[in-house]
Amino acid sequence: MSILHTVNKSPFEKSSLNDCLSHSADGSAILLIEDGVYAAMQGTNVEAEIKNAMGSKKVYALGPDVKLRGLSVDRIIDGIEVVDYAGFVDLTESNDKVQAWL
Amino acid sequence: MSDIKKFMYVNRRAPYGTVYALESLEVVLIGAAFDQDVSLAFIGDGVFQLKAGQNGSDSDQKNFSPIYQALGDYDVTKLYVEKESLEERGLTLEDLMPLTYEDEDDDYEEKDSIRVISRAEMTDLLDQQDVLFNF
Amino acid sequence: MKYAIQINEGPYQHQATDTAYHFAKAALEKGHEISRVFLYHDGVNNSTRITTPPQDDRHIVNRWAELAEKHNLDMVVCVAAAQRRGIVDDGEAQRNGKDATNIHPAFRISGLGQLIEAAVESDRLMVFGD
Repeated sequence: MSILHTVNKSPFEKSSLNDCLSHSADGSAILLIEDGVYAAMQGTNVEAEIKNAMGSKKVYALGPDVKLRGLSVDRIIDGIEVVDYAGFVDLTESNDKVQAWL
Repeated sequence: MSDIKKFMYVNRRAPYGTVYALESLEVVLIGAAFDQDVSLAFIGDGVFQLKAGQNGSDSDQKNFSPIYQALGDYDVTKLYVEKESLEERGLTLEDLMPLTYEDEDDDYEEKDSIRVISRAEMTDLLDQQDVLFNF
Repeated sequence: MKYAIQINEGPYQHQATDTAYHFAKAALEKGHEISRVFLYHDGVNNSTRITTPPQDDRHIVNRWAELAEKHNLDMVVCVAAAQRRGIVDDGEAQRNGKDATNIHPAFRISGLGQLIEAAVESDRLMVFGD
């Protein structure tokens, strides 16, 4: 069974990203949405944690939220896949359930 | 007849500062009537919801912690509390309300509803569920 | 795939209802079914008939109403949460002695059991909140 974890808050505002990373099993998927996309950027103090998580989990960022916040795709951490809402839906299908880390 | 699903209500917030703890409890109570395999997870600040000694006498907010005591009567008997979350907050099991239920399969023996588990065990537990509620 | 959607926050204050809307739309476009959209906590405020957002901004309530009509969605507002926050339909106005109603006709007030039932019957529960 695999979980799609969503994180919608900025890692600098709340512990939700941390809670997600520390409660997600190997092989799970993590989708950053809304303010959660700030964690996808290079050069932040959570970059190392994200990269570490990517060793065993797949990390995604929701494109429209990235664009809306003026974050450029070429400054996203290498290996994070940018998806649109259709991609979001696909992720909910290919994983067994969704855990929303609000 | 549909299969019974494993329902987990994930609680990550402290009570009173926001409404989520109270209103999520209301979902649990209603949900109890639907005969699914229900459990509650208390992670992060969620562990504060179970703190013993909540007292609203100097407040006009209602102390709703007695509702947790009633969960056993609703057949909601699996309250998983994360050990690391307690420790980070300087709490131990002794700081929490003694929540119990009567096990009808074991001569109505009174048993503890709170099960303290590690973060790693909580991770596994989340993976085992069918439906995850978050508030 | 059948989706149950829970929205925990009100319009404009949080992005939750926007994300829920775009997700719902994408799911429907892919041919999936949405068994119910359940509004809880401040999410009940997505059902008020009388918002006047700026002309150049998205109309969150109407947008949901249009999607609901197009796809015959069941938009349910939790009665207890609605009572706390003042979302009122004719029945509630009569029962609780209120002098006005404000619910948009695309939404119906009902019990928490509707959320549980949707979660039981659906393949996925999506929660959008803060």
